Amino acid sequence: MSGQPIDHYARSLPRERRDSVSASGAVTTQGRSDVLARDFEDPDALRRLAGQIKQHALDHLDDYLRQAVAKMRENGVEVHFAPTAEDARTIMLDLLRRNGVGRVVKAKSMATEEIHLNDHLAANGVDCLETDLGEFIVQIDRDTPSHIVRPIIHKNRREIAESFEAHGLGEYDDDPATITRRARRHLRAKFLGSQAGITGGNFLSAESGRLVLVTNEGNARFSMAANSLHIALVGIEKIVPRDRDLGVFLNLLARSATAQQLTVYTQFIGGPKAANRPSGPEKMHVVLLDNRRSELLGSNCREILRCIRCGACQNVCPVYRQASGHAYRAVYGGPVGAVLSPLLAGDRFAEFADLPKASSLCGACREVCPVDIPIPDLLLRLRNRASEEGIESVGSPSMGAFATVASSPVLWRLAMSGSRAMNLLPIERIPAKPLQEWLKVRTLPEWRGGEFRKWMKSRKKP
Amino acid sequence: MDEVEEEAMSPGEREIFKAVEESLADLPGKTPLPEYEDAVCVASGRLGEGTPRQIFAANFEAVGGRVLARVEDLASFLLENDHGAGYCDPALKGAVGAPLEEAGLKVDYEYERDRCDEYLFGVTLASGAIAESGSVVLNDDDTSDRLAALTPWVHVAVLPSEGAVHLTIPDAIAALGGSPNVVWVTGPSKTADVEGILIEGVHGPGVQICLMPVDDRPAGR
Repeated sequence: MSGQPIDHYARSLPRERRDSVSASGAVTTQGRSDVLARDFEDPDALRRLAGQIKQHALDHLDDYLRQAVAKMRENGVEVHFAPTAEDARTIMLDLLRRNGVGRVVKAKSMATEEIHLNDHLAANGVDCLETDLGEFIVQIDRDTPSHIVRPIIHKNRREIAESFEAHGLGEYDDDPATITRRARRHLRAKFLGSQAGITGGNFLSAESGRLVLVTNEGNARFSMAANSLHIALVGIEKIVPRDRDLGVFLNLLARSATAQQLTVYTQFIGGPKAANRPSGPEKMHVVLLDNRRSELLGSNCREILRCIRCGACQNVCPVYRQASGHAYRAVYGGPVGAVLSPLLAGDRFAEFADLPKASSLCGACREVCPVDIPIPDLLLRLRNRASEEGIESVGSPSMGAFATVASSPVLWRLAMSGSRAMNLLPIERIPAKPLQEWLKVRTLPEWRGGEFRKWMKSRKKP
Repeated sequence: MDEVEEEAMSPGEREIFKAVEESLADLPGKTPLPEYEDAVCVASGRLGEGTPRQIFAANFEAVGGRVLARVEDLASFLLENDHGAGYCDPALKGAVGAPLEEAGLKVDYEYERDRCDEYLFGVTLASGAIAESGSVVLNDDDTSDRLAALTPWVHVAVLPSEGAVHLTIPDAIAALGGSPNVVWVTGPSKTADVEGILIEGVHGPGVQICLMPVDDRPAGR
């Protein structure tokens, strides 16, 4: 069967799963646009503003990074630098070892997914437990998240109940409230029985060095409150210039991700806890992750670094809705993943060069993006790069005859005028059932090939 | 970067700064920092009529929080729902703890993490609130114990009459201050991870209460 790799994956999915991912995406997309329209006169202006602020921060990242680092150090945060994913894994493992940590709880973080932290820690004898409900389920199932915000969008309650039963979390019960209560009980002991908390970071203010972290479940707050060591892995692109800019981003993030005005727990973390407070980290480490971000800064796809990981482009994307996140074969799925994955892959660009083609370029992702990333343009630039690098296109329909005709002016003119013969065809009498069904509700317009060229020629040059 | 600065850097730090600077060196047309008024990101429709406290109370309930005016109301709520034992910030013993005890509730004034499951409610001080979003502001300087505001099924944030209520989110950001940890709590802990169905009380409280003086209840209620 023809089609790109992503088409094959989508066809292999059970119908039920495709329907639920699609319906869930549609519901969140509608909620997002309702809440934005309700609250703001011109939500698009706000998205453009956020895009400009973030692009400004990226275009001046050298200055802002220096500022953020200095502030964090002033605030008592130990700052580490990880040029590569491997560096980040090594730094984090060393920090845990130096502090004698054998058990660690982790809040949801795409950056830690990106560097495959859990596997590395496990291979080195550190037990790192996911505490976000969805990520916890992904972890016990040895699965991977399929959506940035809703990691188990691809699972139903029956599958979850079965794996809870298999992991000794109680007899089969697929009531979502029961599932949540059981996870609460199980993970509570883990929060309190661990020695460190690992988190990501949503934003980092250069002005104050404050790390901003949002969760709905309260697990990032718990990971920090219960432990004396806090390690945050933060991509260098997370920096925003000033605290006041956070108002713009927080308002857009929650609405775009989950149609909420604000995420339930919005934390502003300046540093380790004060000495006279009973709970909270005595030591805070921020590991700044590059992993090709610095390379992207100057590239023709640099706008993708504005991304605040809200998942709105996934929810709205007609391809994602049919294929779901695993079809993208990488940590980031959907439109943002189709741009990021090939770029983050470095030398292995070719392996992911099909992803930018997994798009109809309908532009819906750009319309919902809270930081106004021109995703369709970036997809085209990546398609172009693949073509320039001579990477073979897998599964794309052949343009063979069309390409030959379209690249020769003579053939093209002939085809345009010659095809007028089609107008003489008695199509109502062609005995093809689908065609006749179609003609009951549609009219085939007359062939007018060549008109555009005529119009172009007649157009006066300014 | 100057040489002294560069020498003090770790290899990783040097490598990242060098790469960032190289990438940005030839970038044409860098985006300027746009000027904007804070009002552009304020949901003015959520501000409605009334004082900031009244607006906060209405919005706090809209996100699933529960406003209680008097400590007697709190005692009845806890008793009715079988939340018989809990923790209270010792600084709030006179105002809240003692009246709860009088009503027959068991109140601890020291939070012990090993007994976290025994605290069915936790009473701590709120540093302020945000009217626009219906959030309570918990500043580490005022929170007697972070865990006490998180592990009990019911969290009671006590907002005294002199507690600051910021009208908008930008106002609240401007007032963040120097605390190493500030958290805005906007409703009970929640998830929609399982089939998109909303469940409250994941790792934090399933019931989020704000105890605030009686004359501050929303007009017309």
